[in-house]
Amino acid sequence: MSFLPYGVAAWICLLGLYGIVTSRNLIHLALCLTVTQSSTYVLLLAVGYVAGGGPPIFKGVKLGTTAVDPVVQALTLTDIVVSVTVIALILALALDVHKQAGTVDPDAIAEMSG
Amino acid sequence: MSRRTRTAIFLPALAGFAALLLWAYVGLPDFGHYKGPYGFVLDRVATPERHTTNVVNATTYDYRGFDTLGEEFILFGAVTGVVLLLRAGGGGREEDVDDTAGSDLVRVFGVLGVSAVVLVGLWLVAFGFVTPGGGFQGGVALASGVVLLYLASSYRAWFGVGNQTVLDPVEGFGAGAYVVVGLAALVAGMPFLKNLLGPGIPGTLWSGGSAPFVNWAAGLEVAAANLILYSEFLQEYVVPLARRQA
Repeated sequence: MSFLPYGVAAWICLLGLYGIVTSRNLIHLALCLTVTQSSTYVLLLAVGYVAGGGPPIFKGVKLGTTAVDPVVQALTLTDIVVSVTVIALILALALDVHKQAGTVDPDAIAEMSG
Repeated sequence: MSRRTRTAIFLPALAGFAALLLWAYVGLPDFGHYKGPYGFVLDRVATPERHTTNVVNATTYDYRGFDTLGEEFILFGAVTGVVLLLRAGGGGREEDVDDTAGSDLVRVFGVLGVSAVVLVGLWLVAFGFVTPGGGFQGGVALASGVVLLYLASSYRAWFGVGNQTVLDPVEGFGAGAYVVVGLAALVAGMPFLKNLLGPGIPGTLWSGGSAPFVNWAAGLEVAAANLILYSEFLQEYVVPLARRQA
């Protein structure tokens, strides 16, 4: 059981990749990218977890109490922010594609340009 | 390439990648057996050294502050990209669009919600070094509170805040203030972003030295950046609506 969170992270990552490749809609594709990126949150938090550890916040908690790794939590925060901004940019591009091509199906767009 | 061929090529590749991924994960320490040392060191050191009780925030804005500066500019760059793609030149009269929420119940509780969520956002930013929270989380909450104005009231009500004349300077100020706090240390003859000021009293607003200023800068930047994104996407929806109504 001790590898279960890593397995979950791998599963989310692969599922998202499958979604990206088989997507028929740019907005769906962007969401699949977010799913793939979510696997890194699970992985980061799993790597920093300490059995029986509390949150790395010592307000009202005695200093020296076992706590989980704050570095990976800060990295996860970074990760989420980057994910949100990237998805905003992709959605803006999708809007632009829809204006130009009248469709958000990646295959249809490829046919038009090819 | 047809969908069928693409999937046929992709599936074996995915299986190979899955095998590599699992191989890599199996080499990690067992779940719950974090080896350290950095996390443990920070958990011990941050509160005595910086007088902050939230070690995650101390890591983000102080120990790893330079990294977060880069992250903040990723946000800034992406928002600039969205604005370049979506911001149409030449203003219409879209702020006159009539889409006031019909239900009194939605209006009353929505407007109450605006103040409540904005307050939570400010609290999350302000107490970021004491309890869970911080500039990024609080900034997002602040932005959600403001966008509630549109949901609970009308586009016109939201446009008072959600326009580029208000938001662009706030975003720029937030991004710039982060750098200015960093430069202040340089001017004082210390390394960039070195924590200035006394560390203060643990568990109070006055803790963390100069890092809370960085935290507030990030909070403003994140709130304004999110609001700019909302306003750009909302405009895409409202402009055609205004045209139909005219």
